[in-house]
Amino acid sequence: MIRSEILKEIAPILRDQLVVCNIGIPSQELHAIDDQPTNFYMLGTMGLASSIGLGLAMAQPKPVIAIDGDGSVLTNLCTLPTIANNVTDNYILLIIDNGSYGSTGDQPTYAGKKTSLAKVAEACGCDNVVECRDVDTGRVLQEALDSKKMTVIVCKCDSGNATMPVITMDPVVIRDRFMKAVQA
Amino acid sequence: MSIHAKIVDDFVANGVGFITTVPCKQLAGVIDEVEARPEIHHVPSNKEDEGMGLCAGSYMGGKRAAIIMQNTAIGVTINTLATLIQYYRMPLPMLISYRGELREPVACQVEMAVHTKALLAQLNIPTYHFHNQSDVNEFDMILKYTFMCNKPVAILTDANFWGGYGDQ
Ligand SMILES: [Mg+2]
Repeated sequence: MIRSEILKEIAPILRDQLVVCNIGIPSQELHAIDDQPTNFYMLGTMGLASSIGLGLAMAQPKPVIAIDGDGSVLTNLCTLPTIANNVTDNYILLIIDNGSYGSTGDQPTYAGKKTSLAKVAEACGCDNVVECRDVDTGRVLQEALDSKKMTVIVCKCDSGNATMPVITMDPVVIRDRFMKAVQA
Repeated sequence: MSIHAKIVDDFVANGVGFITTVPCKQLAGVIDEVEARPEIHHVPSNKEDEGMGLCAGSYMGGKRAAIIMQNTAIGVTINTLATLIQYYRMPLPMLISYRGELREPVACQVEMAVHTKALLAQLNIPTYHFHNQSDVNEFDMILKYTFMCNKPVAILTDANFWGGYGDQ
C-alpha cells in the first residue's frame, strides 16, 4: 500500500481526532480524502509535525495524532528524545515510513536502507514503539488510541503518491479553524 | 527581586504556561527559575526549530508559549519563523541571549552577533535589546505587545544585562 491508500483506510479513525499532518503531499492527500476542521495541515517547515503534535498534546487533554514521514523524522531526529522524555499519553506519532522523500520525487531515505526508525525511537527511550505493516495500520492506530499510552507507530509501506490538488486554504484560516475545533 | 524572577513573573502574569529552552551560560539563571515554577510547563528542546514547533502546538492547544534560546539560533530557525510562526500568524516571545556583544569573552560569538539584528530586521520581527538591568521593566509590555499582534518578537539580552559573562 502507498500512503494515500493508508490514509483512506484510517480516515474514519482520524476523523474524530486532532491530527497534525506533515508538509507536502501527505497533507494534500489527507485534505483531499477527508478534510476536517480537526486537521492541521502543514504548508511548510519540514520536520516539525511531531513537535507541533507533542506541544498540542501537552497543552490540552484530547488525543493528538501526528502524521509524519520517514524523511521528515530524519530531518528532525532530535524530536524522538524529546518525545521519549516528556511522556504525554494523549499523543500518538504515526510515521508513514515509505523509505522515500515522497514530496520531492521519491528519492530514497536512509530509513528505507539500513536505518530502523523504530529502533531509533526505542534507543531514544520511547516506551511504546510499534512497527507495523501497511495493512495493519488501522488496527494498530486504534489499539494505540484505546491504550491511552503515548505510542510511536512506524508503518512500513510502499513508496508512491496520489495526485491531489495543492491546498489553497489560507494558513491563518487553517489555524483558526483548527483552534476552534481544539476548543470545541 | 532578581531579573530572573522578574522575567518569569512577567511570563506567568501574561498567561505563558509553556516554555521551551535551549541553554546558554547567560540564560542558566532564568532557565532554573522557569524550571522551578509550577505554573510553567518547561520542556527543554534539543534544537530551536524543534522548540518552535512545540510552541506552535502549545499555542494552538490554548496554552501561550515562549522560547528561550541563544542568538545563534536565529541562524537555525529562519525557515520555521517564516513558514510556521509568521505564516500561520502565531505569537511567540523569544527571550534571546545576545552573545557576541559587549563583555563577550568568546570571539566566535561575535560572528553571529553581527548578523543578529540584520536577520531579525529582514524578517520584520519586532526586536528589543536589553543592555541595562533596568531594561527588564519593559518586559511585561513587550509580552502584552506580542500577544496583541500575534507575531514572533525578539528580546535580545546581552552580557551587560545579565551582569557580565566572563566577569560575572
Ligand atoms: Mg517518506
